[in-house]
Amino acid sequence: MNRKLAVHDPRGYPPRVTGKRLAPRLESLSGKVVYLVDCLFDNSDVFVGQLRDWLGERFASADLRLIKPRESWVDDPDMRARIEADGDAAILGVGL
Amino acid sequence: MALEQGGVPTVAVHTNVFARLAQSVARANGMPTTRQAFVPQPVVGKSAAELRAYIDGDDPVHGRPFAQELISGLTDPLDDADMTGLSFERSTPRLLEPDSEDRLHALFAESGWTDHLPIVLPTEERVAAMLARTSRAPDETVGRLRPTFYRESWEFTVEKVAVNAVMAGARPEYLPVILAMAASGQSGRSSSTTSQATVALVNGPIRDEIGMNYGVGAMGPYSHANASIGRAYGLLSQNLQGGSVPHESYMGSQGNFLSYNATFAENEAASPWEPFHVQHGHSPDESAVSLFLGGWYTVFGGGPRETWEQKFKRSLQACDPYTGPIIALDPIVAKDFVKLGFDRKQKLIDWCVEHARLPAREFWDNQWVQTLLHPRAVAGIEPYATMLAADPDEEIRIFRPEDIHVVVVGGETGAVWKMLGGGPRRVTVKVDDWR
Repeated sequence: MNRKLAVHDPRGYPPRVTGKRLAPRLESLSGKVVYLVDCLFDNSDVFVGQLRDWLGERFASADLRLIKPRESWVDDPDMRARIEADGDAAILGVGL
Repeated sequence: MALEQGGVPTVAVHTNVFARLAQSVARANGMPTTRQAFVPQPVVGKSAAELRAYIDGDDPVHGRPFAQELISGLTDPLDDADMTGLSFERSTPRLLEPDSEDRLHALFAESGWTDHLPIVLPTEERVAAMLARTSRAPDETVGRLRPTFYRESWEFTVEKVAVNAVMAGARPEYLPVILAMAASGQSGRSSSTTSQATVALVNGPIRDEIGMNYGVGAMGPYSHANASIGRAYGLLSQNLQGGSVPHESYMGSQGNFLSYNATFAENEAASPWEPFHVQHGHSPDESAVSLFLGGWYTVFGGGPRETWEQKFKRSLQACDPYTGPIIALDPIVAKDFVKLGFDRKQKLIDWCVEHARLPAREFWDNQWVQTLLHPRAVAGIEPYATMLAADPDEEIRIFRPEDIHVVVVGGETGAVWKMLGGGPRRVTVKVDDWR
């Protein structure tokens, strides 16, 4: 029973991970365009609505915009392009 | 993370049960310091006031006020780690360090490479014997798999599939079926919180060549081929996609018994209808495996008896409205349906589409319909847009023809049928391409 066996590794081949930097941060949300992305999970619209109200009470000069992707579970390049074109920051909620 | 790359500072809000998964995905995307803020689980079913309390409360993962995490995530200066991300190579060797049999079994179990049952160690001799039953080169790439769409795909070769087939106890002659399943791109270890399983149906001559069971007990533990092919599919899915670890790469809240095995074959000889793979473009002398993402529910019945229409209507209403059923009929039942005028599977599917109805209010209240189909309806995509425009009390059709499948399986010991969660047919793969 002490004989050593050579066996195969059962795992697949993962892709190489390439580091990506974060975007520069803001000094403040005041006066900025902040997109609140409703990820379309059940009840996330209520959460995002509450978040908008909360932020509005504290950052009166921020332009808080609700936005939704066209579908759940799929990337929406058009939505991303819109946020990147005129947004200063984004908050995604709730979900991955 | 895509928004960060587009120059937009971003915070993603998750519920706390997704913390390990969210951090693991961020790391695998080279952005481990992605700003994340967490609220308690669940969000579903909570009132506006309760969700407001989440915002006013603490982030349960970081232990600091949620709002502070959110604002800091958008405004705090970046550090060196934020500026560079994290690059690294991940490699898996072809062979493990030689060791004793007991220690290797322990390694496989502790590494999460098993389904918590004993496995057959994939020695070089066993893997070579497995590979002898395909003409494909061991180093040929078969495909890529991932547990869910937002994770990265891992790649694998013919040899890697053979390794997992050995571990499952499969015989070499089963390998072409297992390779076809692996090539489907459909994981048998999906990470969905709904606890999806993948149901596999085999058609064509390969069934008899390798001794698959489509008669008595076809869906049970009564065939080495059915049992070990299904097990191999599960093992290869978790190992070749980079794991299936609860809280990290598997989030099925309840899990699914069918994840152990949901592989069976169609009883083509006893069926009065054309085989499933022929319905979907293959010839009868070809072999194919069809994979369905589902397996959430099972409804059982007998007949068709005098009141079969009422039973079928109630059963179809009991199915999850987001995922239509695979209707698995014993050959006795299929033949009785022919006597009732259903001389083709499609006629029975059409009857089910017409009679599977729910009040629009009830259909749209379903969590997954609301999450996944409602946005399509709002975007004007049919038939969902019309379904959304219906009066809340109107009984609307809940399935499209492509959502329902009919297969014949069983050994004619009883006039029985099941409706098994199957959803849209994901893919049918030709087995002969992998011989």
